[in-house]
Amino acid sequence: MAQNDYVIEAKNLLKSYGSNHVLKGIDINVQRGTMLALLGPNGAGKTTTVRILSTLLAFDGGSVSVEGYDVATQADKVRSVIGLTGQSAAVDELLTGRENLVMMGRLYRLTKASAKDRAQELLEEFDLVDAADRPAKTYSGGMRRRLDLAVSLIATPPVIFLDEPTTGLDPRSRLAMWDIIKKLMANGTTILLTTQYLEEADQLADQIVVIDGGKVIAEGTAKELKSKVGKDRLELTFAKDAELQAAVKALGKDVVSTDDKEYSATVTIQDTNVDIRRILDLLAAEKIKLQSLAVHKPTLDDVFLSLTGKQKVVEKAEDK
Amino acid sequence: MAVQLEFDRRPKALLAIIDSLIMIRRSTTHIVRNTDQLLGTFFQPIMFLVLFSAVFGGAVSLALPKGVSYLDFLMAGIIVQTVAFGSTTTAVAVCNDLQKGIVDRFRSLPMSNLSVLNGHVVSDLFRNTISTAVMLLAGLAIGFRSSATFLDWLAIAGIILLFTLAFSWLAAIVGVIAKSVEAVQWLSFVLVFPLTFASSAFVPTNGMTPILRAFAQNQPITQVIEAVRALMLGTPLGNHGWLAVAWSIGILVVSLPVASWLFRRKTTK
Repeated sequence: MAQNDYVIEAKNLLKSYGSNHVLKGIDINVQRGTMLALLGPNGAGKTTTVRILSTLLAFDGGSVSVEGYDVATQADKVRSVIGLTGQSAAVDELLTGRENLVMMGRLYRLTKASAKDRAQELLEEFDLVDAADRPAKTYSGGMRRRLDLAVSLIATPPVIFLDEPTTGLDPRSRLAMWDIIKKLMANGTTILLTTQYLEEADQLADQIVVIDGGKVIAEGTAKELKSKVGKDRLELTFAKDAELQAAVKALGKDVVSTDDKEYSATVTIQDTNVDIRRILDLLAAEKIKLQSLAVHKPTLDDVFLSLTGKQKVVEKAEDK
Repeated sequence: MAVQLEFDRRPKALLAIIDSLIMIRRSTTHIVRNTDQLLGTFFQPIMFLVLFSAVFGGAVSLALPKGVSYLDFLMAGIIVQTVAFGSTTTAVAVCNDLQKGIVDRFRSLPMSNLSVLNGHVVSDLFRNTISTAVMLLAGLAIGFRSSATFLDWLAIAGIILLFTLAFSWLAAIVGVIAKSVEAVQWLSFVLVFPLTFASSAFVPTNGMTPILRAFAQNQPITQVIEAVRALMLGTPLGNHGWLAVAWSIGILVVSLPVASWLFRRKTTK
């Protein structure tokens, strides 16, 4: 297998549908044994990118290689080293979990004996033994996703694409999926994950690429991206509008935003200990009664918001 | 990972054939697991046979040559009509696969993609063979008698299988083009229903208006029906035998590459 600094390498990727330019020059580099999260709202071009990288879609410009194989000219080679888990669980509903695994294993060119052994191993690993011989249409959403992921691991490919693996899952299934993904990473698999959940990228990925409107708008580790927004924030909530207005007046330009419905104000702070004391003293001096206060570390939500200037296009993982 | 994986390193052409066999097995398993469809496979042909012979029998037998019972006349027509409708299951299956995203999964594997179509078409042959056998048995039970020899039966089987294969590939085109399973259903209905009714399947073509008769006597389904009927009843085969085969091969050599091309095109966009 060709050795390469980057296992997945895309340069200046272009894709249009007529006059609709979906990808406008995307660069992606994923190092061996790491996970890169492609983060962005719906319609940013995440799925298009994954479909191109996994040989499902032709592209208009740029170059893509996976494990040193050119995606455009060596699609078959690429397919033998990748596993893909798409947005909709692509399993055969009338076949049982085991039949699905063995069939896909055979199509990955595994021998019959290997496919069967590996299927059993994956069923155990993914907690699907009890349901192994039931048709997949009887599975719950979480089980179906697990089967779908298991199917893409049947030939233990060194590179895995996970296209929004937890979209639409309940919180418990999402955590179970995260555990499985973390195990994969511990095994040294190179992973490209797409997600619209900032928390997911934050939790799992070594490297994050934020895309919007078909372009990369930021990249780095979660820590680096957060430091771009910097600074902790202090959220002050009051009982009445009059108190909020008085506080805003007293605190001056430190206030970055106010919420008139919640009677709350957000203040940026440099040094948490010193600044909280200073602000509380200031409010006490003005005899303004504070109802509650909370310190917020910057989240990727903030990063996203400050980069795209968009209001909450992105939902938090817990909301679903 | 504990399991040591072994890969099949045989030649690519052989592996492509194995892919098709795997997909045939998949589609055939679908036939057995899809209980609703399975009931259709068994009961629909029996229902058609019994209803048509009972409803039309009295009236139509007056127009038949002396000594030919309506049931004997109907048998060939109803078999061909059933397999013509039956082959549209290929369209439903292909459309279903495309809608559900499993084709994306297959395409991300190092397999031969056209084996997906092969699987559906071949399993369709199995299902239609079962339907035909059920119909023949039901026919025998209610009084159908044939003078066909063993060789005649082989010829009948060959003509029907070839026709089913051709129609399944035609149906595969519909399955690839259609945007939903509902669309497949009405599209197949609109295509197949007129073809089977404006034919000699249920009534002799003599009583039709001249334009309809000209169409009915020369369209492919009539050729297939007439060939099967002649072999079953021991009447002269005429041109129907080779015309039936020629039509089926003609449909096959056009629709197989077209379906494959459309499938490839649709799945790489």
